[in-house]
Amino acid sequence: MANQTQALEVPGALTRKPASLWGDAWKRLRKNKLALVGGFFVLLLLFVAIFGPYLTPYDYRTQDFVSLKANHYQVIPPFHFGHLLGTDELGRDLLSRLMDGARISMTVAVVVQIVVLLIGLPMGAAAGWFGGRLDTFLMRFTDVVYAFPDLLFIILLSVSFRETFFGKAMDGLLLVFVAIGMVSWVTMARLVRGQLLSLKEQEYVEAARAIGVSDFRIVTRHLLPNAIGPVIVAVTLGIPGAILTEATLAFIGIGVQAPRASWGSLAFTGEPYIRSQPHLILFPAIAIAIALVSFTFLGDGLRDALDPKLKGKQ
Amino acid sequence: MTVSDDQGRAGSPVLTELPEDVSVETEEGRRLAEALQDSRRHARKLLEVRNLSTQFYTSDGVVHAVDEVSFELDYGETLGLVGESGCGKSVTALSLTRLVPNPPGKIVAGEIILDGINILKLSNEEMRRLRGKKIGFIFQDPMTSLNPTLTIGFQIAESARVHLDLSRKAAEDRAVELLSKVGIPRARDRMKDYPHQFSGGMRQRVMIAIALACDPMLLLADEPTTALDVTIQAQILELIKSLSSEFGTAVILITHDLGIAAGMCNRINVMYAGRIVETGPVDDIFERPRMPYAWGLLESLPRLDEERHNRLRTIEGLPPDLINPGAECRFSPRCRYARDVCREHEPELSEREGEGHKARCFGTEPGGWIQ
Repeated sequence: MANQTQALEVPGALTRKPASLWGDAWKRLRKNKLALVGGFFVLLLLFVAIFGPYLTPYDYRTQDFVSLKANHYQVIPPFHFGHLLGTDELGRDLLSRLMDGARISMTVAVVVQIVVLLIGLPMGAAAGWFGGRLDTFLMRFTDVVYAFPDLLFIILLSVSFRETFFGKAMDGLLLVFVAIGMVSWVTMARLVRGQLLSLKEQEYVEAARAIGVSDFRIVTRHLLPNAIGPVIVAVTLGIPGAILTEATLAFIGIGVQAPRASWGSLAFTGEPYIRSQPHLILFPAIAIAIALVSFTFLGDGLRDALDPKLKGKQ
Repeated sequence: MTVSDDQGRAGSPVLTELPEDVSVETEEGRRLAEALQDSRRHARKLLEVRNLSTQFYTSDGVVHAVDEVSFELDYGETLGLVGESGCGKSVTALSLTRLVPNPPGKIVAGEIILDGINILKLSNEEMRRLRGKKIGFIFQDPMTSLNPTLTIGFQIAESARVHLDLSRKAAEDRAVELLSKVGIPRARDRMKDYPHQFSGGMRQRVMIAIALACDPMLLLADEPTTALDVTIQAQILELIKSLSSEFGTAVILITHDLGIAAGMCNRINVMYAGRIVETGPVDDIFERPRMPYAWGLLESLPRLDEERHNRLRTIEGLPPDLINPGAECRFSPRCRYARDVCREHEPELSEREGEGHKARCFGTEPGGWIQ
């Protein structure tokens, strides 16, 4: 045996850096220009969300009375009085408000997906792994949640808990985010269940059992890492939906409280001026569109990159 | 306190564990521990399987996959389980670890006593702690038995971390040691590699390292070389042989290849249709097989010392349906020597010439018609 070991030890052999799952995925993602553009805008949005308030000369709630007076108390259009995107009817800088809105939208993206993962992963994993009656019970419950009108549920929840401590946290946003998460986990649960159903038949599960690995450890350490690709894709593709729902809710006056404004409520307040000052509704709408499109492109790219077998289908 | 040389089975005033106040560091403690080990080994077999029956409940009926199988295994011994596909070899092995998929499978009767413990009476949690620690399992196909998303190092260290309560670092060192023991060069570098970077033979080496991670008493190897090509086969078998003798591990080797069994085993159980039809020391089985099925298996082997161009002999027919095995000898429909008595009753496993050599055949019983 010692001889064998010697013989195999060729200096310089196998020095090529081995391909890892993530390395491979990155290589494929790099070739997808749309996904890269999407990824760039996602990073930009995150940057703005984090550092935005330190970059703008105005605050989202400061009213520029001087310029407003000079403009005869009218909405200031873009490129006037040092306001790049103009102001609203109260003289608040639209760009600053949009950048603050990015904060809200990115928080939606993160918080909602955390709630989705917290509910969807365990639900789907338990249903897929144990199967049988538990599976039936969990999946019927999932169906019920799926069938219930999302907006109605979110509206009911936010109205009922508006006055509680929880309802007031983060300017009333946390409640909305959690409510959105509570209706959005359904897809994740189904996805994870489906993944586990096929993964648990793999022989390495049997092999792990044979060395005495506990069920919990098999699911968390052996199976979920194998499902991580589709989960990442689902999370990325779930974000635009959450942003859109938040914008919809803000548009009908639920969620963010004045003077803060999300992109949805900015569009709502700009709506009466749609003919005279269209920029008030146009720019928030563009912001929403950019966010949705970039997350979708990135998600699609990630799906192709993480699961090359899927490429070309759909 | 003295170590009694009792049979150790009744469990009365016999010392089974080293008392806590005796340290193995001292001269006396070490002597005591060794004596204890010796007495244990002589007192009983490592494994006693009695009347094990495993059935599968299918839509067509109950399949009697393993039917009242009994055998024993000594510490450090290598036992071959041979037979053609579907004769119950693998189900026997799965039953020993209680890994028979349930449903549809179920161990319906029998006792499996491993190192003095009836494992069929253990709770699932107790059984889980036994797997990997006392019983190692090598699977048939190394290509699918390793998790593609986990590193080799993680998978080898896992058993040690689960059972031996080692720290991450200690388990990793143990894994490196094992990996070099199974002949993987530059073991420490390769710990971070993934299974797809290993060839089939190397993966089977990794599987062996995993199976031996906790120094088990019993190693179950279920056709460990079937998925590998012939040159690698020999290396893997040699590795199993040398490591099991180094670790003092008893091995149950499941194979349909009598050539492999001849080279590896001390004793052989020939299985047919869920039953053991012949058992004995490897030399007796090869030189004096006393059951027509075993002859058939031996004749179907290609041989180097015979004239070439002869077609290999086969055993005519197919194994019987295990859903409704009748009262006859299960091999009788395919047996050239079968007589009426074979079709009416099933023979018992009875003594033949040679120590522990038994066969299930009326024809080769004393006074039988086959000689």
